[in-house]
Order: sequence, then C-alpha cells, then structure tokens
Amino acid sequence: MAEPLLAVESLVKRFGGLVATDHLSLAVEPAELHAVIGPNGAGKTTLIAEIIGELGVDEGRIRFDGHDITHRPTPVRSALGLARSFQVTSLFPDMSALDNVALAVQAHSGHSFRFWRDARADASLRDPAHDVLAQVGLGPRADVLAGNLAHGEQRQLEIAMALATKPKLLLLDEPMAGMGTEESAQLVTLLKSLKRRFTILLIEHDMDAVFQLADRITVLVYGRAIATGTPDAIRANADVRQAYLGEEEE
Amino acid sequence: MLTNRRFVAVASFLVLLALVPLLARFVGGEAFWIKFATRVMIYAIAAVSLDLILGFGGMVSFGHAAFLGVGAYAVGILSAEGIANGFVQWPVAILASALIAAAIGAISLMTRGVYFIMITLAFSQMLYFLGVSLTAYGGDDGMRLANRSRFPGLIDLSGDVTFFYVVLAILIGALVAGHRLVNSRFGMVIQGCRSNERRMRAIGFPTFRYKLAAFVISGVMCGIAGALLANLTAFVSPSEMHWTRSGEIMVMVIMGGMGSLFGPVLGAAGLLVLEEILSSHTQHWQAILGPILVLLVLFAKRGLFGLIDGKSAEKPAGLTGHG
Repeated sequence: MAEPLLAVESLVKRFGGLVATDHLSLAVEPAELHAVIGPNGAGKTTLIAEIIGELGVDEGRIRFDGHDITHRPTPVRSALGLARSFQVTSLFPDMSALDNVALAVQAHSGHSFRFWRDARADASLRDPAHDVLAQVGLGPRADVLAGNLAHGEQRQLEIAMALATKPKLLLLDEPMAGMGTEESAQLVTLLKSLKRRFTILLIEHDMDAVFQLADRITVLVYGRAIATGTPDAIRANADVRQAYLGEEEE
Repeated sequence: MLTNRRFVAVASFLVLLALVPLLARFVGGEAFWIKFATRVMIYAIAAVSLDLILGFGGMVSFGHAAFLGVGAYAVGILSAEGIANGFVQWPVAILASALIAAAIGAISLMTRGVYFIMITLAFSQMLYFLGVSLTAYGGDDGMRLANRSRFPGLIDLSGDVTFFYVVLAILIGALVAGHRLVNSRFGMVIQGCRSNERRMRAIGFPTFRYKLAAFVISGVMCGIAGALLANLTAFVSPSEMHWTRSGEIMVMVIMGGMGSLFGPVLGAAGLLVLEEILSSHTQHWQAILGPILVLLVLFAKRGLFGLIDGKSAEKPAGLTGHG
C-alpha cells in the first residue's frame, strides 16, 4: 500500500499535568475523506493546531507527503500543500468574494512586490479564483462583499479560499459549526462534490454529516484515538458506543 | 475603480486647477492665488501619501508631518551649505525620507492600533524637537533659503507659475502612481492587511514586509511634498513637523474621504480654503472649523469625494472601522 499522505505518529502534547494529545496516531490516505470526531475536550482543536504547526509537540512525528514536518513552521506546511479552513469564519469582509479568493491564489503565486499591473485584471489570479468559486457554488455571488454573504455562504467562501491554494490536504475545522439544517445540508452536498478530488481531514461535531461523508472515522477521547474505521465499523464498535455515541444518544 | 461620475469630477477638478494661473489674472491678487493653489497641491500630495497607508493599509500614522519636515530640511540644509542644485537636493530628500520611514516603520509596525498611533506620534515629535535644536539651521525660528532648487539645463523654478505647474505635474504623477499601486498585487496585499491581517498571514503572506514597504513609499511621497514646501516658501521651520500638522494632514484625508486617493486632494483644498476664509473673518476661526468637521464626519462618512457618488457605497453589514 502507498504511503499515507498524512501520518501522525505517536504524538504527545502535555499542558502541565494535562495530556492533551496522548500517543495519538492517525493516517490519512490519498483521496480519502477522513473524519475525526470526539466529545468536547477530546483534543480535536489541539490536533489541528499540531498538524497545521501552530502548536509544537513534545513527542512523536508528523509526516506529510514524504516530508517530516514535525518541526516546520506554518508557512512551510502551507507551501507543501496543507490548507485549513477556520472554525470561526475569517474573511476579508470589505472585499468581494472574488477578491477574497484571488488573494488566496496570489498568496501562492510568488512574491507580491508588483506595483503597477492591475491585479483585478490579471487573468492568472482571476481565472483560478472564478473556477474555485464556481466549484463551491458561489459563482453568481462573486461580486458580493464577503461581509454581506449569508453565514452558510461565508463558510463556502472559506472553503473556496482553502481550495484556491491547490492544497494536497484540506483540513476542515468544524465547517458545520453554527449552521442551520438547510445550510448544513448544502455544505454536505458541497463536501461530497469535493470528495475524491481532494484529500480531506474533517474535524466535525455534526454526527449526521460525518457518517454521511467519511470514508473512515477516527474517534478521539482524552487525546487518544480509541478507534479508527469505516462508519459502519465505528457505529458497531463497543468502546465508541460507550465512550461517545452512547452519551450522545442518552 | 473610478465610476464615470468620479472620473469626470477628478478630471474637471484637475483642469480647473490647471487654469488657476489664468483665472487669477482676472480676479486679481494673482501672486497670492497662485501661491495658495500651489500650497493646496503640496498638502494634497502629503494627504494622498497618508491615504495610501491610512485609507488602504489601515495604518493610522499620526506622525506623517515628520516626513514633510525631513524633505524640507534636506533641501534647506543642503541649500544652507551652498548646494542649491536640485539634482542633488531632491534625491537626497527622497533618500532621507526613505531611510527615516524605514527606521520609523520597522519599529512602529511591530505594534498595532493605538500603540501604532502613539509611536508614530512620538517619532514625529522627536524629529520636531530635533529641528528645534538645530540652531545652526535656524532652530525654533526656522531658516530662509537663498533660492529655490536649481535644475540647470532642465527648468528654472524661480517663477511662481512655472513652480505651480511643476507641483501640479508631481501631484498628478502621485495620483496616477497611487492609483496603480493600490490596484496592483501589492495594493491587494495592503488592503488585505487592513481587512484581516491574521487571515493574510494564514494564507501565506509575510505581512510585515509589505506593510513596511507601503510605509516607506508613503514616507517618500510625503518627503517629496516637504521638499516642494521648502521650495514654495523658500523657508524651512520645525513647525512643519509639529503634531498639529500631522493632525491637519489626517483631517484632510478623513474630510476628503479615506481610501479614495483623490478624496484627500479635495480634503486639502477644503481645509485650506476654509482656514483661509474663516481666519480672515475671525481669529477664533477654529471654533467654526471644528463643528463643520464634526458635521462632515457625521453626515458624509465617506468624505467630500463620497458625496460625488450621491449614494453611499455598498458596505458590509456590521463592519466597523478598523484601526
């Protein structure tokens, strides 16, 4: 079997006496949609920060696309093809949706000490930006200011900006958070359309969405991965039922 | 993104400005009006330079008059040392402004918000007191220049009309360059930093170096305005660097319309004309100017230039000002 795209190997992170990540291992295969679930405080946010490089680790290794990135800074990981969407929407509210995505494209096309040519007439920025907006279903909303988009649309834009950097791995940090049923359903449809074309690591609270979308699911409890498997296997897993799913259903 | 209406407004304003020397001949007081219009344009260049970083980059520099002073003193000191050649004076003014802007920017841009405002203010006051202490160059009283910069073989600036058109050309150059700049890739980065700097870093922009570059460009443009100011009055004094002058430049930007490039030109004209009219009627003219500014800020949030569109531009809901 080919090497996984992302391999988290026996990761440990301690905050004083608290072990936030406890010998956690996780592998994301190319083209897979891998979901991470777990109750509050299971260490999901910590895991993202470790993968993205905002938080150092005490033990273990993170390998990405053949590189050991355990100690590489965030921009380097971004350049290697790791892109994330933010849990709290973080956009350029006073710029158009298209400008938002074009900036993300620009971020990954060399330095920006170019002072004269009109960036808004630059096909090498605008065309990919239009493409990505169309992919996430925001094509008709390209000229609307990001701050005036509906909440669900802002999440779509957030994902578009991550896609615009042509990532090898897309890290989605609770994309459904704070969404209504209808908006969630739209986002699930969007993620289904991205599945296979992108490798996705999805951290999510919404169980329905996770079980609909994921190829494999890893369950985190107290910083440990207690199970990894297909949605069916996870549903049937006794440990998971007891530690997590059971609690939710009560 | 000039709308047609705005383009017409900008073009007619500039044409009208270009006709000032002719019009002044009919009105009378020719010399006064030409000098006054030249002063308006010089402050307009300074205000445009501040708008680049304030309106587009969200960097509230409260010490921009420092660069007026640096440009003016570069010309003044060289002139006092017997170097009247503009081919030397002006490049030195540009280089000095660039170096000082780089130093002030490198330190100030490590801070944000109110701290940035305070640090830029502190630096400009330091330069103000440096000017005051330069007794060899007039100290508190300032010093008179023997003559305007000389450009042998190119142009003779001693005539007020010639100088007027040179300043007009530089103002137009600054506007064109500014327009290209804010719409370039670099400009998009600067505007992205104003909008959400954390996000800019997350998508891979090393924001500090772009903001510093913008600060230096702005400082140089303001330094050029300073060199012109020294030439206009053939006089250099520390008062050009006083914090109240920085405040005036900021008022010009806000009054004219932040982030519009041409707005600050209107702001400079508006403020200086108001000052001229009001101060001829009463010495308490600032008591009248104050309420006028309050009304402008309250009822024309996008400044004088915003009024030309008639409608307020699309603004995102819930977007507050950014510092």
